[in-house]
Amino acid sequence: MSGQSLHPPLVSAPLLPPMAPPSGIRPSPATWIRKNLFSTPFSGVLTICFAILAAWLLHQLVSFAVLDAVWAGGQEECRANPDGACWPFIVEKFDYLRYGAYPVSERWRVDLTMAIGAVLIVWLLWKRAPRRNVAALLFFVAYPAVAFVLLRGVASLDLPVIDTVLWGGLLITLLMSIVGIVFSLPLGVLLALGRRSELPLVKAVCVTFIEVVRGVPFITVLFMANFMMPLFVPDYLTPDRLLRPLIAIALFSSAYMAEVVRAGLQAIPKGQYEAAKALGVSYFTMMRLIVLPQALTIVIPGIVSTFIGLFKDTTLVAIVGIADFLRAVETARVDPNWAGPTISSTGYLFAGLVYWIFCFGMSRYSQSMERALARGHKS
Amino acid sequence: MQAILKGLVGAAVGLAVSNASAATIENVRKNGVLTCGTNSATAGFSLPDNEGKWTGFVVDYCRAVAAAVLGDAQKVRFIPLTPKDRFTALQSGEIDILAHNATWTSSRDTSLGILFAGTYFYDGQGFMVRKAENIGSAKDLDGASICVTQGTTTELNLADYFRSHSMTFSTVGFADEEAVVKAYDEGRCDVLSADTSTLNASRQRMAKADDSVVLPELISKEPLGPAVRQGDDHWLNVAKWTLLVMVAAEELGVTSKNVDEMKASDNPNIRRLLGAEGSLGKDLGLGDSWSVDVIKQVGNYGEVFDRNIGKASPLKMERGLNALWSEGGLQYAPPIR
Repeated sequence: MSGQSLHPPLVSAPLLPPMAPPSGIRPSPATWIRKNLFSTPFSGVLTICFAILAAWLLHQLVSFAVLDAVWAGGQEECRANPDGACWPFIVEKFDYLRYGAYPVSERWRVDLTMAIGAVLIVWLLWKRAPRRNVAALLFFVAYPAVAFVLLRGVASLDLPVIDTVLWGGLLITLLMSIVGIVFSLPLGVLLALGRRSELPLVKAVCVTFIEVVRGVPFITVLFMANFMMPLFVPDYLTPDRLLRPLIAIALFSSAYMAEVVRAGLQAIPKGQYEAAKALGVSYFTMMRLIVLPQALTIVIPGIVSTFIGLFKDTTLVAIVGIADFLRAVETARVDPNWAGPTISSTGYLFAGLVYWIFCFGMSRYSQSMERALARGHKS
Repeated sequence: MQAILKGLVGAAVGLAVSNASAATIENVRKNGVLTCGTNSATAGFSLPDNEGKWTGFVVDYCRAVAAAVLGDAQKVRFIPLTPKDRFTALQSGEIDILAHNATWTSSRDTSLGILFAGTYFYDGQGFMVRKAENIGSAKDLDGASICVTQGTTTELNLADYFRSHSMTFSTVGFADEEAVVKAYDEGRCDVLSADTSTLNASRQRMAKADDSVVLPELISKEPLGPAVRQGDDHWLNVAKWTLLVMVAAEELGVTSKNVDEMKASDNPNIRRLLGAEGSLGKDLGLGDSWSVDVIKQVGNYGEVFDRNIGKASPLKMERGLNALWSEGGLQYAPPIR
């Protein structure tokens, strides 16, 4: 039986005119509000209660931070105003919060390092930028060396050496996070692959490392590194006291990263591995071209979550006497020259704002990444 | 196997000990800088200014030791420490000297492997009340409600004091000092009780700072002093006599301004203090001009007190127990001879 003899035809010849979407799929604002916020009397009451609470909180925040705040003047104006934030305090302490005790005459070096870093990061992360592989090479290979020379200094290049005890503020927080982020992803991938390896020794080493690191509190490791290590290791073998927590944070976050990456590896169907092997593709090529691109895409939310956690965990270095950004805020707020009823609240509000800006930025970027990389896994 | 293990452990311990108890003064001279552990941020005692330069009472003590050993009060590396890690940092050799708001107690002196080198600040728990209440003495505090930080010895001291004076009181406790000050400022209690070194700084943070006054009584003994590692008597002497020389200078009226003229003084005590006679510098293994360096670059005890926590500072603390013995206080330097 052929198609022509089928009567009546199953498909109508002319196209039907498009119809409006059924009501409720794309509702008007009024319908949306009715359906989502006032669907039952109970949900209506809840909506009103929470709207009042939100408005009250917002009002408190805005009046403290903006309306009642002191915007100009000095200590006297701030002391006279117990209701609002004291922004002149932040203005005066702004340099301290950014650089810590880094010598004033050398602060241009920090600015330059941060500017180069910012340009490279934008180049690396902006999806339509040309030659992003060059950016990656510069950022991961050349930049650490440049940053080291600029920040620490090399006497022969006419850059005085700055003792790391003097580094502080936002400089430390950014340094810690960038080192942690840059090292934890590659190390984490290696550890995750090692943990799934069939070679018993590699597997044992990786499992031991991951489980030991995850089983020990970060504070303990920092404490051991900065106060106990000089007890057992002679002076000339003890790394710099800023380098020790840097190494600790890189190793620490890589153990957590390994588990995130392993989750991605396990989500790739076994057939993909088998197909690659059947085609004679080598282990590393298979991982590089087939498995990892898919696995890492799946776990982007987990990776970025680990990064955000790492960014906030850097404040823990304050307990071993390294003046990170939060510590700088805490130090600034006890200055008796600026003592006033709202100084502490202003300091913490500012600190919260700065951390939020960085973390929110990371989170938004990861979401746009996910959308760009979603390859047919859209739900 | 066991022998090897024993050998290894022995070597590690030997290394640790030799590392920690090598003559501290040699290390300081070799490094050209004194590594000093201080409070991370305590108003008036140790605090970085807007440019990150450390200032404060205990900071100036470190500068004095640097002036004594290295001849330059600026050659100090400050390591901010919390109360939890301060003694560990000293024991491990991470710092050369600890100048913290640490109370000198018998157990710390005997069981931590450290020794206190003196008392630079006689602190103690005190009371702050509102002037309007017209209370002149802690003995008038019967029935008062008192704001305190919870979980510290502050509460225990209060209970002891009020019981021994057969008075009653009620506490309003908070987890951190910030909240305690705020509660007092808002009038939720009549009295604020804390160590006097922090009471004055707390008052600065109140909306109505001028309405409150600190009562004269102290109900606990908190002598704060510098500490060094046990087993280095030479270094202990340097730490001890740097402080005592500053006190002696105040007793003898030698200040950072007049120290050069005083060198020509006829008073034998002043001549011995400034190294014109006697051998204090040589006996301590320091240069002859070490005490002049200390006084000229840092100042005598009274100058350091006034500049950082006393009348010339925002904290405006009274000398109280920290006045010289000749003025009713406890600061007293043994004779230099």
